[in-house]
Amino acid sequence: MSTRTAGLGALALAALALLALVPRLGNAYYLALAISLLQYTVLATAWGLFSGPTRYVSLATTAFFGVGAYTVAVLGEILPWPLVLLIAAALGAIVAAIVGLSTLRLSGVYFVIFTFGLTELIRQLVVWFEVNKSRVLGRYVFVNITQADIYWQLLALTAAVFLLGWLIARSRLGFALRVIGEDETVAKHCGINTTFAKVALFTISATIMTLVGAIMAPRWTYIEPSIAFNSMISFQVLIMALLGGAHRLWGPVLGAVPLTLLFELLSARFPNTFTIILGCIFLLIVYMLPRGVAGLFEKLSTTSAGKTTQRVAT
Amino acid sequence: MSQGSQTRVLEIDGLRRAFGGLVAVNDLGFSVEQGEIMGLLGPNGSGKTTALNLISGVLRPDAGTIRLMGQDIAGLASYRIARLGLARTFQLVRVLDGMDCRENIKAGLAFQKPHLPAAEAELRIDTLLHRVGLAGHDLRLAANLTYIDRKRLELARALAAKPRLLLLDEWLAGLNPSELAIGIDLIRSLKADGITIVLVEHVMAAVRALCDRCIVMSSGRKIADGATADVLSDAAVVKAYLGGVVADA
Ligand SMILES: Nc1ncnc2c1ncn2[C@@H]1O[C@H](COP(=O)(O)OP(=O)(O)OP(=O)(O)O)[C@@H](O)[C@H]1O
Ligand SMILES: [Mg+2]
Repeated sequence: MSTRTAGLGALALAALALLALVPRLGNAYYLALAISLLQYTVLATAWGLFSGPTRYVSLATTAFFGVGAYTVAVLGEILPWPLVLLIAAALGAIVAAIVGLSTLRLSGVYFVIFTFGLTELIRQLVVWFEVNKSRVLGRYVFVNITQADIYWQLLALTAAVFLLGWLIARSRLGFALRVIGEDETVAKHCGINTTFAKVALFTISATIMTLVGAIMAPRWTYIEPSIAFNSMISFQVLIMALLGGAHRLWGPVLGAVPLTLLFELLSARFPNTFTIILGCIFLLIVYMLPRGVAGLFEKLSTTSAGKTTQRVAT
Repeated sequence: MSQGSQTRVLEIDGLRRAFGGLVAVNDLGFSVEQGEIMGLLGPNGSGKTTALNLISGVLRPDAGTIRLMGQDIAGLASYRIARLGLARTFQLVRVLDGMDCRENIKAGLAFQKPHLPAAEAELRIDTLLHRVGLAGHDLRLAANLTYIDRKRLELARALAAKPRLLLLDEWLAGLNPSELAIGIDLIRSLKADGITIVLVEHVMAAVRALCDRCIVMSSGRKIADGATADVLSDAAVVKAYLGGVVADA
């Protein structure tokens, strides 16, 4: 087991080192594509971190992404970059904790609707503040961050989110979340402080999403609320995580990579019918792969294992 | 603290809970001593499950006190009550379907304080699997278990925390005669461990075999309280059970 873990770790490090070389290719198109891939990989994996075990479907990804991006728009020129990231992360964590404490008692569809409404609420708050207080409608982002810098930061965040997910899965908190996902009443009767566990993981997941928004912000030179708080991101991340399979740490990436490529293609070729196609893909996933690509792999491996045991039995 | 309250595991007084106009538990009061098995009887809809839900914190009481080992737990969150030494099973069996048997039991002990060292926890899981008759089923998914095995697993999870008080809501219901005999022996063996038990049960043979004492509820109220044989022959109790089902059983 530990040799396997070490092997996987070495493999991951090697992959990381290879991926770090992408900006050296010197191809702007590939770099932009790689940034999109990493962005959605981190977002979908972070989404799965909370929603996978708890089965709470969150549409708040955009809200946190936007908080991160807007923090950069406001503070990017004033403060040193690491401090800006730190403040963005802290803001995301605070918003998540407040939202978590007030909403994680909601169940099922109410939670979905609330998280969707939250994005709109925060966007309107930002608009109100910008129009009435700072008297600007959009902001220019002038920070000294190159595309390669964005890429490397996202790569580091990708590594961090997988490491974090791996650690959580082996922790008592991770186990608690799985029990909650199975049966919340039983979880409480096992002595699990379910509110704390859910808010903790929701906050961790949201902080990562906020960081993605902050890191991505310099990609635009001009930011306004409708760009930073584009609710499409929430839906895309949801679809990716579900396609990949949110019940496994490595599941969402299996959805994020193919769908990012597909969305890239579709939004370039069919900009007008893009949303319709998105909806159809979503329906297909729910009908054909209820447990995602990860579930498909598991099923294939268990049926082949099942055949072996059958052969042994007969 | 007086001598009496130290051996009194559960003490309930003036407990009340209404759903709209329906008073499901009405001015309920009783106490359970250390090491006792107490039967909680009553016809369908008389408020037994609601009483258990109030004790384990699923529901908040409208009024009344619930003392567990002398501490008032009325209205406390379920997870706090669980950590104070209360465990239960549910009328409709609740196991963690997506987890294997080991993990199901682990859920019962992993969140109790102080935390057990891993090796000790594994050992206790082994013991519990063996004790409820699930030895060798370690890695079976709970979803694939038979009805009785699900009940066994649920009990093992409840026992994992070494509770002071165990609430069983019709744990013996739906078992065939030979399974029932095994179940009765199992519960009796818990008493030997010093676990105090409140048992909601319709199977009168089991009540007679296990309970030192019974209380009977009807429409939310307590109508009898005493030694099992006396309570079961009580005229009011027989009447509450509509034409003496108790007397026949
Ligand atoms: N959550 C609830 N909301 C509304 N009414 C409830 C609720 N829980 C229980 N009741 C009502 O309270 C009354 C008592 O129900 P309870 O489940 O406690 O009975 P019981 O004695 O356990 O019955 P049984 O033997 O059938 O399990 C019933 O009339 C039931 O319909
Ligand atoms: Mg009941």
